[in-house]
Amino acid sequence: MVKNIVIAGAGQAGAQAVFTLRAEGFSGAVTMIGEEPFAPYQRPPLSKAYLLGTFERDRLFLKPDAFYRESACELILGVGVRAIDRKAKAVALSDGRSLPYDRLLLATGTRVRPIRCPGAELAGIHYLRGIADVDRLRPALRKGKRLAVVGGGYIGLEVAAVAVKHGLDVTVFEAMSRVMARAVSRPVSAFFERLHRAAGVKLLLNTGVAAFEGSGRLEAVKAEGKSYPADLALVGIGVIPNMEIARNAGLPCEDGIVVDGNCASPADPAIFAAGDCTWHVGREGIALRLESVQNAIDQAKHAAYAMAGRPRPYREVPWFWSDQYDVKLQIAGLARGGDRIVLRGDLASRKFAAFHLRDGAVAAVEAVNAPSEYLVGRKLIAGGTRVAPERLADASVPMKNIV
Amino acid sequence: MPKIKYIDETGRERVVEVPVGWTVMEGAVKNLIPGIDADCGGACACATCHVYIEPPWLDKLPPKQEMEETMLDFSQDVRPNSRLSCQIKVTPELDGLVVRTPKSQH
Repeated sequence: MVKNIVIAGAGQAGAQAVFTLRAEGFSGAVTMIGEEPFAPYQRPPLSKAYLLGTFERDRLFLKPDAFYRESACELILGVGVRAIDRKAKAVALSDGRSLPYDRLLLATGTRVRPIRCPGAELAGIHYLRGIADVDRLRPALRKGKRLAVVGGGYIGLEVAAVAVKHGLDVTVFEAMSRVMARAVSRPVSAFFERLHRAAGVKLLLNTGVAAFEGSGRLEAVKAEGKSYPADLALVGIGVIPNMEIARNAGLPCEDGIVVDGNCASPADPAIFAAGDCTWHVGREGIALRLESVQNAIDQAKHAAYAMAGRPRPYREVPWFWSDQYDVKLQIAGLARGGDRIVLRGDLASRKFAAFHLRDGAVAAVEAVNAPSEYLVGRKLIAGGTRVAPERLADASVPMKNIV
Repeated sequence: MPKIKYIDETGRERVVEVPVGWTVMEGAVKNLIPGIDADCGGACACATCHVYIEPPWLDKLPPKQEMEETMLDFSQDVRPNSRLSCQIKVTPELDGLVVRTPKSQH
């Protein structure tokens, strides 16, 4: 009998798990432990509206405090989980306490990947992961200052868009030959490169940062033998899954905590994991770690179903979005499973989509200001539907009539 | 603070105060009104904050932008008075607004 569930991590996945456990009728004890001093909050606005200053902190929280009271969920904040004793079925907390569990959900998320180069410890070098990071960065985004963004991924580019709006002189350093190379296809990278350059961002591709220079405080960024003056820097070069407690407890880990279709650890039926910290085999048959709100919500739901005794295997289509300037990028599916790209619409019109086909069926869609393409694409992916590429490419055929 | 009335699918009514500048979706989420999931947090990216606007209020709302229009096109049980509540910002003029929430968003 499961009487006591402990959730390690108080983010999007943790909050969802509390909600779904109660919705499924689980009536035992639920305790959620979070390292940050905040109740679960939304991370996506951090690099967008919250950084811009148009969204107050109160609005970030996923649920009101009353939710945790009414859900009888004990929140332990500002405390980390340091170790799992699988034999005793208990977790050791950073404040010295030990908490027993019948089921343990690891929703520990990720932390930023630190840059390792000379000068990395200088003042004026920022990262962006949590509320505290943004509260430090926002006051530094002052008009006329020179911002060096290290890494042309989602975080770097979203911050670049906000900083340009604040009147900063922004240079993005990207080591690869295109932006967001890990996440989107070439046409989409090319579109966003033009978008940022048109907004006044200096975008340096194939330009890895070798060092930060300055005495105590950042004064310049050294890249490809040149020195670029900078007043502050934002490093966005990816994240590392928080999986040490799982690995130290002998649970299988790859680039994330390995979970099965029910979000359970294959090595311990009492331990589950959900969100950015997990390594799972997706519906495409590819093992991967997803960093997204969708995966956090859906894996938490499925972990909760299983912990509440009614498992329903996880087979959701991944989806994701990014806002940069007035452009909304929406992605569904997994592009790396595709063997052919079909473009629909015109890049110059700022409204287009790239469909990734695999064996004639839609595997993924990347939609720029193109919600119909995104939504129909998502359904086609879920259904494994085959489509005629020439119809997909013909923007005069409405998406509703594509199949 | 403007008051908004949310009526859920069972007919239960809840009147809550929502700060000016917040969205009708946020007013629901922060007050534990059921039926609004709002997975994406208000980015008009998920269409899980669908509501029905009580007719007298319909033409007092700002018109739908293309993104909302399309997201709604593909939602379930769409009616002429359907809106995505994350796209409706609360203003003093919306004091007294009445919206109905659907059974489920998934």
